[in-house]
Amino acid sequence: MSAVAFLTRRRGGRGWHWTDVVTFGWLAAGLVLIFGPALWLLLSSFKTPAQLAEFPPSILPYASRSAMVDTGDGPRLLPLYTVELPDGTTAVMAEKNRIGIMANMVRPEAPDEVVKVNINARQPLREVAFATGNYTTPLQAFDFGRYLWNSVFVTVIATLITLLTNSMAAFALSKYEFKGRGAVMMVIVATLMIPLSVNLVPLYSVVSAVGLLNTRWGVILPTVATPTGVFMLRQYMLTIPDELLEAARMDNASEWQIYWRIVLPLAAPALAVLAIFSVVWRWNDFLWPLIVLSRKELFTLQIGLNSYAGELNVHWQFILAMTVVSIIPVLIVFFFLQRFITAGIAGTGLK
Amino acid sequence: MGAVLAAPAGLLAHLFDAPMRLWQRIAGRGGMIAFFLAPNMAIFGLFVIVPLGLNVAYALSGGTALFLPQRSYVGAANFERLLTCGDHMDPATCRDDLFWIAVWNTVRFVGLQVVVLVGVAMVTALILNGKIRARGFWRAVFFFPVLLSPVVVGLIWKWIFQRQGLLNWVMVELGMDPVNWLTDRTWAFLFSVGISVWAHAGFYALILLAGLQAIPRDIYEAAEMDRTSPGRAFRRITLPLLWPNLLVVIVLALIRAVQVFDEVYVLTGGGPGTSTMYLTQYIYETGFASSLRNPGVAAAASLLMGGVLVVLTIAQLGLTRWRDRQ
Repeated sequence: MSAVAFLTRRRGGRGWHWTDVVTFGWLAAGLVLIFGPALWLLLSSFKTPAQLAEFPPSILPYASRSAMVDTGDGPRLLPLYTVELPDGTTAVMAEKNRIGIMANMVRPEAPDEVVKVNINARQPLREVAFATGNYTTPLQAFDFGRYLWNSVFVTVIATLITLLTNSMAAFALSKYEFKGRGAVMMVIVATLMIPLSVNLVPLYSVVSAVGLLNTRWGVILPTVATPTGVFMLRQYMLTIPDELLEAARMDNASEWQIYWRIVLPLAAPALAVLAIFSVVWRWNDFLWPLIVLSRKELFTLQIGLNSYAGELNVHWQFILAMTVVSIIPVLIVFFFLQRFITAGIAGTGLK
Repeated sequence: MGAVLAAPAGLLAHLFDAPMRLWQRIAGRGGMIAFFLAPNMAIFGLFVIVPLGLNVAYALSGGTALFLPQRSYVGAANFERLLTCGDHMDPATCRDDLFWIAVWNTVRFVGLQVVVLVGVAMVTALILNGKIRARGFWRAVFFFPVLLSPVVVGLIWKWIFQRQGLLNWVMVELGMDPVNWLTDRTWAFLFSVGISVWAHAGFYALILLAGLQAIPRDIYEAAEMDRTSPGRAFRRITLPLLWPNLLVVIVLALIRAVQVFDEVYVLTGGGPGTSTMYLTQYIYETGFASSLRNPGVAAAASLLMGGVLVVLTIAQLGLTRWRDRQ
């Protein structure tokens, strides 16, 4: 069996069908197109500004090497180059100074002997290095630490309120017969049709009228009464047998206890799905925070990133690094909770 | 994690038990129902229902003031301004040319994006449903962009499309000239479609995959025994049985595409010029951002967009119900 035949053989001895080729090509292209850009972002986020401005870019982040050299006026940090000497040998040399296209170079081990080198006959000596300052500087010197905190606050609080209020409403709508239940359900279904983008102007005026403009609560509250959340939880609670509730009532449990001690624990799988979705939704929210927040210190990470990327003098090294930071919670969800989400989408068409 | 959550929850339950029992005794069962509904409905009412009513009031009033009492009733003037055109196909002849530029941009975007998006999602779902190894891994790969925020999607691609970016490097390596992608009208439009497909295709692929997996395997096995070709099996078995799901996906994709904003706004800011300015951006800028702020016109435009969405959503709800009955 030749090598090619060995590598391309199929289980069961079947040959390659055109669909196998399409499958392989599609999956390979998908992998490159999806993780390629993300990987490029990650690599770029560790590059220095000088390196980011290079074209063509290098794949890995590099840093120029330099060495402490004493050229007669005290030790100084000088950049190192690989120099091609006239006799055909190469040597690692430090640049003392440069006049026009000629540089005065010295060997770090013999700093007194100056050699004049044409700048085209040398290459900067570089090594793979990660510019971690891209991450630490914006978190300390810029407002990104604050943006990060705002995002965490908004996400956590909004998710907690969403879970509580949506599950209470879903409980009432699934476990009680009362007049007007149909009407309430109708209203909730109807509002499924009205995305936030249709209500921007009046919502802004309402939020402003109740004094929540430029507050984190102004970002949180309009997003928490999600009809989808109520809907999904109600669907799930309908499957909890009413006999359980009746038995608890026999044992003199209050309605609150029934909700908190029986229905909520039983609805945990649905609550988990809603919690995961809510975290992703709120962490990623853009349009509404963009409108409601105009004070920089209240910006969420998304708004902060957008605002920095829109400035005239773009600090790409910081933006790329902070973009990576903003992906971290999403990555955690992706690696540990992806199963729940895919199940949630497949089951309810929720997004 | 369960225990960590359960401890404070138990404590809370104890704290609430007594007052809740008291409230139940005072208000009765109806009072408890009201209590459970109240928080959600209050937030809902204040931030969804009230604004919905106000939207109409804004659309019928003029001026730049934000608060309704300071605004004057102008009747249908805002709608007239939006809808008056010499020729609706040519925005330059319209009273609000920007609105019609946004409308036609959105129409072109929706037309192209939904076709490409559903096509990509369909192929991906079919392949993920095929005989492949590590299906879970591949499903996760295609799902990954769905979780990314629109800002991240926009920035990742902006970084690739920039003048000295990855794409131009590839161009140079292939012996072509670098292109200033995002200042070219056609490329900016195509890339706005491209990145939104990139960001959302995995979501729809997942819905379609669920639909495909619900098709009983033995139908295919029977077809295989009858020597049915894969293409024929797709046309005669897969498509008819997947059709209800496919329709739901198409309408859902339409609803989302009409509202396109976030990732495109981050990528192009609507530019170059107005070539990637879509309806939501028009509403956002007319309502909040531009110097010619006009909340009434923005509200009127959002009601018009809302009308389209309502029609699409009713179609979607009807289709979902029909699908679930199938």
